[in-house]
Amino acid sequence: MASIKFNNVYIKDSFTVAGPLESEGQIRKFDLSMDDYYYGEKTFIDAEIKMQKIVIDNLLYRNKMGKKIDLILGGDLSNQITITNFAVKNFSIPFLGIYSACATFAESLIIASNFIENGTIKNAIAITSSHNLNAERQFRFPIEYGAPKASTTTFTATGAVGAIVTNEKSNVKIESATIGTIQDYEQKDATHMGAVMSPAAASVLMDHLNDLKRNIDYYDVVVTGDLGRIGMDILKEFLKINYGVKIKNYMDAGCEIFLKSQEVYSGSSGPVTLPLVLFNKVLNNKKYKKILIIATGSLHSKDTTNQKKTIPSIAHAVSLEVLS
Amino acid sequence: MNKDEYKKLVSRLTPKEMKSKNAIVAFLVGGLIGVLTELVIIILMECFGLSRVDACSWACLIVIFIASLFTALGFFDNWVTKAKAGLILPTTGFAHSVMSSALDYKRDGFITGIGANFFKLAGSVILYGIVSAFFFAILGVVLYG
Repeated sequence: MASIKFNNVYIKDSFTVAGPLESEGQIRKFDLSMDDYYYGEKTFIDAEIKMQKIVIDNLLYRNKMGKKIDLILGGDLSNQITITNFAVKNFSIPFLGIYSACATFAESLIIASNFIENGTIKNAIAITSSHNLNAERQFRFPIEYGAPKASTTTFTATGAVGAIVTNEKSNVKIESATIGTIQDYEQKDATHMGAVMSPAAASVLMDHLNDLKRNIDYYDVVVTGDLGRIGMDILKEFLKINYGVKIKNYMDAGCEIFLKSQEVYSGSSGPVTLPLVLFNKVLNNKKYKKILIIATGSLHSKDTTNQKKTIPSIAHAVSLEVLS
Repeated sequence: MNKDEYKKLVSRLTPKEMKSKNAIVAFLVGGLIGVLTELVIIILMECFGLSRVDACSWACLIVIFIASLFTALGFFDNWVTKAKAGLILPTTGFAHSVMSSALDYKRDGFITGIGANFFKLAGSVILYGIVSAFFFAILGVVLYG
């Protein structure tokens, strides 16, 4: 069974570094905001590495956990997840690098939760980041090219987010999780990732509800990763037609970061989108006690899209409970 | 829902691109570039006494230089985004594409970075420009002798 229940796993603390455009968007309060995309470094790659280092440093310092972290798990969008590898090399803490595109953070939460539930480890850090200009260069055109974009395009968010997953009781409990299956509905357009990823989100949501015998109304809010404005509509319609499920308390993290006036087309994307909204908006809202996050990832590379291959996608779901 | 039904659902919910509006913007901006370049040619002919052929070459160089400079100064990409194909199709687009690629790869070294990636976008223009010039030249010889 792809769903796992956890009894003893909590999220203790999180730390966010947000990019310049993100800090002027809908959520304005972050732990740290960047003034510019270089962040005092010479290249954007170095800037993103610095963002992750700052996140880990602050989590260790703020919680006085210098020697107590048993494992770091994380990944990012760069080829061979070099950003995370280079950031974590500065800490002598065991490390697992993982990749499932924009679903990376949920994947690291699931793996960390399993280790903790089994008693193998006590504390772990889950980390992810994305940098708009690194993603542009890798997946799209040169940064200064500024090619006109389709309205379906999503804008990769800039930021780094880390969280401490622990067996110590705290306010936020990781209650259960579902590992998604790869879906491929033969979408080929890498500028329309909402359409690519919606079936994966729907599939993991239904697996989760069926495995745990829950109704969609069990959750106060369902937060998907980065489907964007058009992707949200596609998911709602797809759930209605395919599964007969009407989703009401629903939010897409991709639509919660930027203002419409910021010209980001269909919304935000990138692995950092979901944790950025989760830790800086959703968990701060006292209304939400039972939260289901569904991180969605599009599993393509520039080569596969150039060769006109269809784009597979994945999504993982994690159920969080806010105690007290 | 099978895959074809899903494709229909996606195209039903995806807003259509405003192609005609983009085309008009591109036409006006591209045309404006042409008019401005023509002005430069006239100025060169009148003030510097160049022949029309020489003035055209100089005007082309000036436009390429300005586009490259604006790209390097970092604001030409915003113009390109707004002008749609209007700034990409004229020679400004060629200059901009090589300059933006060069900027992207300047940290990757002269050979493996700038050298290998300079014509990343413009390579297609050069290759297919030469190939089509070859065939049109043959066509010209066949038709007009």
